[in-house]
Amino acid sequence: MTTNLHKAARRASNPIAGVKPAPSRLRRASVAAIILLATVGLLASIIAASLFGSANISPLDVVSTILRHIGLGEIAPNPPLPRLLDALIWESRFPRVLLSALVGAALAVSGAVLQAITRNPLADPYLLGVSSGASTGAVAVILLGIGGGISLSTGAFIGGLLAFGLLLLLLGGGRIASPTRVVLTGVLVSQFFAAVTSLILMISGDANSTRGFTYWLLGTLAGARWDGVNFTAVIILAGVVAILFFASSLDAFTFGWDSATALGVNVTAVRIWLMVLTSLITAAAVAASGAIGFVGLLVPHAVRILVSPMHRTLLPLSAVVGAILLIWVDTFARTAFTPHELPAGVITALLGAPAFALVLKRLES
Amino acid sequence: MGRINATEISWSVKGHQLLDNIEMAAHDGKVVGLLGPNGSGKSTLLRLLAGLRRPDTGTVRYDDTSLRDLSRRVLARRLAVVEQDVTAHNHVSVRQVVELGRTPFRGRFDALTEHDQRIIDAALERVGITDKQRQSWHTLSGGEKQRAQLARALAQEPREILLDEPTNHLDIRYQLELLELLGSLRVTCVVALHDLNLAARYCHHVVVLDHGQVFAAGTPAAVLTTELIRSVYGVEVLVDREPTAGTLRITYLAATAPRTADATAVAG
Repeated sequence: MTTNLHKAARRASNPIAGVKPAPSRLRRASVAAIILLATVGLLASIIAASLFGSANISPLDVVSTILRHIGLGEIAPNPPLPRLLDALIWESRFPRVLLSALVGAALAVSGAVLQAITRNPLADPYLLGVSSGASTGAVAVILLGIGGGISLSTGAFIGGLLAFGLLLLLLGGGRIASPTRVVLTGVLVSQFFAAVTSLILMISGDANSTRGFTYWLLGTLAGARWDGVNFTAVIILAGVVAILFFASSLDAFTFGWDSATALGVNVTAVRIWLMVLTSLITAAAVAASGAIGFVGLLVPHAVRILVSPMHRTLLPLSAVVGAILLIWVDTFARTAFTPHELPAGVITALLGAPAFALVLKRLES
Repeated sequence: MGRINATEISWSVKGHQLLDNIEMAAHDGKVVGLLGPNGSGKSTLLRLLAGLRRPDTGTVRYDDTSLRDLSRRVLARRLAVVEQDVTAHNHVSVRQVVELGRTPFRGRFDALTEHDQRIIDAALERVGITDKQRQSWHTLSGGEKQRAQLARALAQEPREILLDEPTNHLDIRYQLELLELLGSLRVTCVVALHDLNLAARYCHHVVVLDHGQVFAAGTPAAVLTTELIRSVYGVEVLVDREPTAGTLRITYLAATAPRTADATAVAG
């Protein structure tokens, strides 16, 4: 093997020698194209997914209905639908598709962030127990009335934050935690909060509410209504945008916390901010849909492998791809076995478990 | 090029004094070797110099500015750190690793400018891994990883670089090339080293640590004597000059008993 280190050393008096044109412009352009393409795919998915279901509706009907409701009725290509169909699209399917998109985006971005700040490729809001803590918070607020009338979402947020705090506490601040230790600690936190949730369900719920909650805990978007969607949208979109501000800091975490510090990143502040922000968007997602697992594992890894591990690309693209994934998972969940509906979390777990095994294998090699 | 000055540095963890009243200086453009056996405090001192840990007492100054008055970001624009045995948690390419060196110069949403790209190209070229830049970091050999880390450090356009045993895992050839490169950089370097011959040959100044204290400091020829090496490392050596180039040469003869009993052990 030869090297030009030697030659380079002799050329010392000319530090910026051998300048060549940057070869990465093409690549940058293609990354922008991929993000654009994914966004178009997301819009197409939102419309296409609204078509699936019992009634026979055309894509243009869906587009027209949506345009009419957002005040752009003049440019709608098709005449108005009967009131019942209009309501089916606008009041039932469309909010549900939007909610799937928001939850998918939140979970995927959470996963990408958690993987970077714990430096662990197996991190996921579900596997680390953040979702589990958020569920406990939600159940405690609703069934036990803890907190004196705070909302389910606030309860979920506090629960998620508590679970995250407990995780970091058990990791001793996590400065040198190995991936194995992070995952095992996540299992511990997750199981602990799952047990607390079960306990609350058993002691306070009647059979009916217990059944409803158990279904919700498996992760389902069946409860989507406009008022809930608006609230969730504000939190998740604001949270994801805020997280984008930390993209370059997350890149600097590649070789660990000391390395990030030496690159000028205020590691403690960044970690606290990201902990709060990921708890916030995870909690919003859990409050809206229960604990849907593995989206945060599947999506960021796929984007890293296929496009780029750098967070300026990874974070926005994970958001879009996570949204698309959950839209189609939920569409499948509500239509594949009609009249029965599957919890979306069951499907993501079916997809996610093999993905987890693959990541584990990659990690070992 | 910048000056590093550490005065009265002490640091302890849970009652163990790891560094005790360290005084050391690195002058403009010089290569300073930090020597000493395992556990003597080399890595700890480097971490304190880098501002990664805060000393209990004492001050680290870059030129005339105390580390306490420098923000992380401002410090990172002049000081680069090359750590030992780092691992990446995701599959970054070599070029992306080097791009990280531009972090302290970039705004939150700034793309890399042409200027950044030129500096990255030059850094890759400088350590001789331009042809590997598209490869995944994980596919590199230990020596190539070390060079990629150095390229990342160079992309920070540093005035000072701190390196923790950078010659570990390197073939002899790369060890020599790396240290030769450091000497040619016109950057002030503080390098923790195990190999006394490398230190003798490439360092302008060496600081020998033992049990968290500065045992000796000065030019390699003045410091690396038979007596010092026996008492700090517990090794009998022959120190002479290599006949053709006249560089200092240290030949290891035998391990002696530990330093606490050195007088009797040498007699035996």
